[in-house]
Amino acid sequence: MPVYALNPGYKGERMDRVENFHGNQLVYVGWDEHRMFCAAKAFPLPPSMPFAAVIENIMPEAFGQHPEFSQINWETAEWLLDGEPFKPQLEASLEAQGVGHKSMVRFKTPELQGYQNAGV
Amino acid sequence: MAAKKLNIKDKYRLLTRDLDWDFSYEDRKQAFPYEEFEGIKITDWNKWEDPFRLTMDSYWKYQAEKEKKLYAIFDAFSQNNGHLNVVDSRYVNALKLFLTGVSPLEYQAYQGFAHVGRQFGGVGARVACQMQSLDELRHVQTQIHAMSHYNKFFDGFQEFSHMHDRVWYLSVPRSFFCDARSAGPFEFMVAIGFSFEYVLTNLLFVPFMSGAAHNGDMATVTFGFSAQSDEARHMTLGLEVIKFLLEQHEDNVPIVQKWIDKWFWRGTRLLTIVAMMMDYMLPNKVMSWKEAWEVYFEEAGGALFKDLARYGIRMPKYAETIEKEKEHISHQAWWTFYTHGHAAGFHTWIPSDKELDWLSAQYPDTFDKYYRPLWELAKEQEAKGERFYTSGLPQLCQTCQIPMLFTEMDNPNQNSMRDSVFEDERYHFCSDGCKDIFDEEPEKYVQSWLPVHQIFQGNCGGPGVEDVLSDYYKMNVGVDNMDIKGSPDEKRWNEWKGIA
Amino acid sequence: MSKVYIALQDNDESRYIVEAIEESNPDSTVIHQPAMIRIEREGRLVIERAVVEEKMGRDWDVQELHINLITLGGNVDEDDDQFVLEWKQ
Repeated sequence: MPVYALNPGYKGERMDRVENFHGNQLVYVGWDEHRMFCAAKAFPLPPSMPFAAVIENIMPEAFGQHPEFSQINWETAEWLLDGEPFKPQLEASLEAQGVGHKSMVRFKTPELQGYQNAGV
Repeated sequence: MAAKKLNIKDKYRLLTRDLDWDFSYEDRKQAFPYEEFEGIKITDWNKWEDPFRLTMDSYWKYQAEKEKKLYAIFDAFSQNNGHLNVVDSRYVNALKLFLTGVSPLEYQAYQGFAHVGRQFGGVGARVACQMQSLDELRHVQTQIHAMSHYNKFFDGFQEFSHMHDRVWYLSVPRSFFCDARSAGPFEFMVAIGFSFEYVLTNLLFVPFMSGAAHNGDMATVTFGFSAQSDEARHMTLGLEVIKFLLEQHEDNVPIVQKWIDKWFWRGTRLLTIVAMMMDYMLPNKVMSWKEAWEVYFEEAGGALFKDLARYGIRMPKYAETIEKEKEHISHQAWWTFYTHGHAAGFHTWIPSDKELDWLSAQYPDTFDKYYRPLWELAKEQEAKGERFYTSGLPQLCQTCQIPMLFTEMDNPNQNSMRDSVFEDERYHFCSDGCKDIFDEEPEKYVQSWLPVHQIFQGNCGGPGVEDVLSDYYKMNVGVDNMDIKGSPDEKRWNEWKGIA
Repeated sequence: MSKVYIALQDNDESRYIVEAIEESNPDSTVIHQPAMIRIEREGRLVIERAVVEEKMGRDWDVQELHINLITLGGNVDEDDDQFVLEWKQ
């Protein structure tokens, strides 16, 4: 049942339709097992943004405060897009490689275990 | 000879049941239009019992007595500068969170119970709900009165009602009650009357208020226990509702179970904030969140569910996850507020070494392994003059609206993330519990007003986060927020206490 | 059998009520916490008006309990002479 309502056919207003974001789409980015950041972060990004720009501009904004950030090897990072293994194409746009509105992009850095190797 | 006094049972019958009437020329269904759409079947409202058999005349008498006692203490508290007796200025931040996050819920509870107190077809239930609605209104009033004294001396109290409607972390308690109030009357009663009042408010009002006493806060412990004296009646009403629904028709059992599953999950998520208040915001500790949880949820709730087993009701779904999470959530929540201390309407801090050791002792299986390293990192950053305030805005759960800060219980280093796609749009959740709730009624939760998304849509002013905080949230930026160290609150406190 | 419990504000009136509870329920456990008193007992606990009146030395209405009550656990049954908390399983 999509909803239990007094009147049949009730439809709720979609609060976060992509049209509400002024040409951007929401993308979430998360660095696995690095709890210095309490949660993944949200960014409104143009769908045409190439993935290289996410790595160059968005990642430092999101995670640059971490003492291990400068040691990240983006070549060996392992990625998940909406829960599925994913190999980013740096020159292609978000849209072209399936990073859609409210997609979740996660990466793991196998050689970095966090501050004090404690997943922080 | 004096007239014979009515006994309680006769008085209850005369002053509740006998006030009702039958519908002879109007359609009863039109008078009670909310009674059927949830699928609950009521065959006989007369089976309803109020075990306290409280009637309006006694209600006024005892409530008036409670109020007289309470206000005498408020007067004494303020005439004697009671705020100077709290343990230190950090403690007051728990009250700011209480006033912005909890007191407005009392008002929402008042509205909710007034609504169901009109909509139930049975007069016994209506009278009990109307009394509860008046109680809730009393609670919000007494809390505002108690806090008004602190408002004269500390920052962060001044816009509590405005903040409740807008501030990012306050959308969590606010949306919890909006969810319950926009449900049907029976779900509201299972949500608030039973799940919330019976088990969960004990955790808020009993150990936390006992904690207030232990931290020298006479005003708070007094309003807390005065409110809680009504709560015992609310708990009994909540239990009565459940038993009544389960006895009325066997078809009600799966519906009630579904609501119990939903609202215990929603409630435990909401109480994350209380967990954090107990473990981190009370400088003198009474008991850990974990211990409170064991006494009031596992022991008291366990007894309750054993009692309900005869109706075919089982423990709430995900109770095993909840049991594991008691070792983690307070630490995760305080870290979230500490790292977002620039965007909170109260002050945050690194726990003292003594407090860190207390946490290690209370949480031997988790604290040193997972959470102490966070605070060591924070201390290192602070020592370098780079007190850590996290950049950007967090991802929020579509259902509970809490930042996605909870971790997997089989790998506590990894944040727990779930999602669902509904009509081509993706929605994210902090847990299986929150995902289940969405999947059951997606049409409801697509409407979540998620503060982070609203900021990006441009609906909260801006353009910068600081503009949102000052103009849209009405925070006094640089005064209400940031670390306690160097805050005006701390400076004033040190002057009053003659601390250099 | 599970425990029923009741908690009262720690004040002069409650002290008499607690004494009465201890007398009416010999194997109950009384726990003192900051500002409150918690009493637990396996299965059932009763507060008898007559016993409370004897301790207080005045008339006492069972419903006066509401003034000092903080919380309870168990099914409630109340009439003019007593207040009962009970688990029925």
